[in-house]
Amino acid sequence: MTEGASQNPWRRAWRRFKANRMGYRSLQAFLVLFCLSLFAEVLSNDKPLLVRYEGRWYVPIVRNHPETTFGGDFLTPTDYLDPFIREQLARPGNFAVFPPNHYHHGTINYFSREPNPAPPSRENWLGTDDRGRDLAARLLYGFRLSVLFALAVTVVCTLMGVVYGAIQGYFAGWTDIAMERLVEIWGAMPTLYLLIIFSAFFSPSVGLLVALISAFGWLGIAAYVRAEFLKNRTLDYVRAAKALGQRNRVIIFRHILPNSLTPVITLVPFEMAGAIGALTSLDFLGLGVPPGTPSLGELLAQGKNNLDAWWISVATFLVLVVTLVLLILVGDALRDALDPRKEIAEEAP
Amino acid sequence: MNLLEVRDLSISFGRRRVVDRVSFSVGAGEKLALVGESGSGKTVTALSTLRLLEGARLEGSVRFEGREVLAMDPEELHALRGNEIAVIFQEPMTALNPVMTIGAQIVEAIRLHRSATLPQARELAIEGLRGVGVAEPERRVDSYPHQLSGGQRQRAMIAMALACEPRLLIADEPTTALDVSIRHQILDLLDALRRERNLAILMITHDLNLVRRFADRVAVMERGVLVEQGETARIMQAPEHPYTRKLIDSRAAREVGEPGKGRLLEGRDVRVDFPVPRPGIQGWFSKGRFTAVQGATFDLAPGETLGVIGESGSGKTSLALALLDLVAATGEIKLEGQSWAGLGAAQKRDLRSRMQVVFQDPFSSLSPRLTIQQIVGEGLEIHEPSLGPEARRARVMRALEDVGLIEEGRTEPLLDRYPHEFSGGQRQRIAIARALIVDPRVVVLDEPTSSLDVTIQKQVLQLLAQLQRRHGLAYVLVTHDIDVVRAMAHRVLVMKDGQVVEAGPVDQVLTHPRSEYTKELMLA
Repeated sequence: MTEGASQNPWRRAWRRFKANRMGYRSLQAFLVLFCLSLFAEVLSNDKPLLVRYEGRWYVPIVRNHPETTFGGDFLTPTDYLDPFIREQLARPGNFAVFPPNHYHHGTINYFSREPNPAPPSRENWLGTDDRGRDLAARLLYGFRLSVLFALAVTVVCTLMGVVYGAIQGYFAGWTDIAMERLVEIWGAMPTLYLLIIFSAFFSPSVGLLVALISAFGWLGIAAYVRAEFLKNRTLDYVRAAKALGQRNRVIIFRHILPNSLTPVITLVPFEMAGAIGALTSLDFLGLGVPPGTPSLGELLAQGKNNLDAWWISVATFLVLVVTLVLLILVGDALRDALDPRKEIAEEAP
Repeated sequence: MNLLEVRDLSISFGRRRVVDRVSFSVGAGEKLALVGESGSGKTVTALSTLRLLEGARLEGSVRFEGREVLAMDPEELHALRGNEIAVIFQEPMTALNPVMTIGAQIVEAIRLHRSATLPQARELAIEGLRGVGVAEPERRVDSYPHQLSGGQRQRAMIAMALACEPRLLIADEPTTALDVSIRHQILDLLDALRRERNLAILMITHDLNLVRRFADRVAVMERGVLVEQGETARIMQAPEHPYTRKLIDSRAAREVGEPGKGRLLEGRDVRVDFPVPRPGIQGWFSKGRFTAVQGATFDLAPGETLGVIGESGSGKTSLALALLDLVAATGEIKLEGQSWAGLGAAQKRDLRSRMQVVFQDPFSSLSPRLTIQQIVGEGLEIHEPSLGPEARRARVMRALEDVGLIEEGRTEPLLDRYPHEFSGGQRQRIAIARALIVDPRVVVLDEPTSSLDVTIQKQVLQLLAQLQRRHGLAYVLVTHDIDVVRAMAHRVLVMKDGQVVEAGPVDQVLTHPRSEYTKELMLA
């Protein structure tokens, strides 16, 4: 018996994961980026976080006020980038705290000195796109959308795959044969055609895309879980539990499932990378999210259409590459950490 | 000069040193056995003489015919491997390439080191197969490994190893994967080849019976250190090192008590059939049948042990699983007059608490992600759900004390540990505790010691005998090892190809075996 504190197998895997510096740093970097993007409204917005105007406090980021509040002429929502409003807010006693980047993803910079798309400048750090929207803001919001989309797809796919594969693998026999044929038929559907057809029927939305991509994304996970269940159900500890009179439900959840999750966990980062790639390519083709939504694929398409505006394609490309590389490094490290051969090597006295 | 001369060889993987300053030598035509339990470093030591280990750091000196192997460049190594030193492995099914005919594999081995045309090499391959006693070598040369029996495969592998007429043959547990009746043939073959070609043999094994019968000299390894070496007869009769003594003395003594009266478990004409797919379209509509057990009949009294002995594929494990109602069976199995057939779920569960099981491999029989408390306590959770957590914990502790995993009165933080933190012998004790905690009357032991090291085997058998006397347990002991039967059983059932070829009290069967098959088993 080894000395020292006892460690649960998951904790040991986590320790091995942490020992892989590259993978662990990648996970940290990815989480930092993702958390930052969750606060995109505070980081990149066309509304100030806090305004003091003629002795009163306003929080425009929460509730917008008509222009008349700040001495304007109209009842329309205030455009804080308007030189007149800026002047009003700059008067003695008044002030406004703006987010670091003064643009929301949809804000059009009407006051740019250059034609759209405008190259990087002090106002627009990464330049603007072909409609004059700030590129940095669009990338930030686009990144967030991609990651949230990928998370949603991964969660749905994993749940569906685990449940389907577990039923197949545990009951085996005819259940397995019938369900496997269903999977084959389902997997033979041309996904891209379906997407085109659906985009003709329904108005495009992110929810619809999650549903469609998940509907075909769980097949791989189900196959892995099925194989693990088929293997584990014949192991002696499952037999021993059966000999004790344990119920099927408990055997599945306590004895087989935890020992069948290794390939699923290993797949998660790759699944996410795949979902981001899928969303990007659909947006690039114009089959993805509704127009106006900040999206990396749509930016790539813009970059292709405006080759002279190098800042669009280069910046978008970099964001995509960094995101995917981080995910894949995390996946690699996870795979190493959960490698059964390493577990055995560690077990050897 | 010795053929192979190993001096102060140390082997490390990363920071872990697995072999520490080992020295031995093998002369031409000599048979040296390298003996040790798993993890003793015997296999890595042997393989390092060919530098076949990846990622290992070798220090010291390995000389073959005076040339330093550790200093060889890849060209020289290539000329050494297979050509002058050849290896045969334990499991011929995995050591042979399944998609190539054995002829093609032997031809490949020949043409690696000899300039021979394909037809010439094929002739040599056929000669080689004839030399190792494969019947009809002209036909067998075109067989795939799966078409051969285990013994034939091992012969084919020997033919492949000897194709280039090496001077030294390293045999890594060459007979462990084979049935006992074939073991002797392979050993005799190796000995004949040695005499014919003046071949030196370095045999790696854990089996002292094998050593006694085969080797000229023995080297005993314990945890990476060579503790003793010398003439076989001398070592066997007067071992000097305590570890060697322990190894030689590892045959368990018979310590079982007298069986009680009555009939606890009875089996009448028990049959187990498995459906097997038929080839082709036919298989879509009907399944074939494979009969694993046909018509086993036996009785078992309290405190009695029924030894079920047979080789792999004899149906002994299927019979054990049928007794536990883990595979479907026909015929009659009655525990205390109650049969599995026609029971509802609750009654079945009740019957299960009276018959428990211990499996062969303690590494796969414990759920790896549960703590010892959860594993051992699972039976209580099912059969005595009213027990509170404190009472349950106490019962688990008592069961672990019962199997000698913890000493009485000592509270160790053992309960919250996971299976991987225990050695093989300790895990087997945990598995026994899991079976005993529900107070069964009958325990089915499926090869309870065969995946354990010899010194641990003895301890586990002693424990089982103790528990039997203490609780009046009846055992159904499934094994291939005649020594285990000799030490434990009161009655014996000898099985071959699904049939019971002989049954009776242990003295009678072991001293006056009636069937030819039992006699063969006894020779092992």
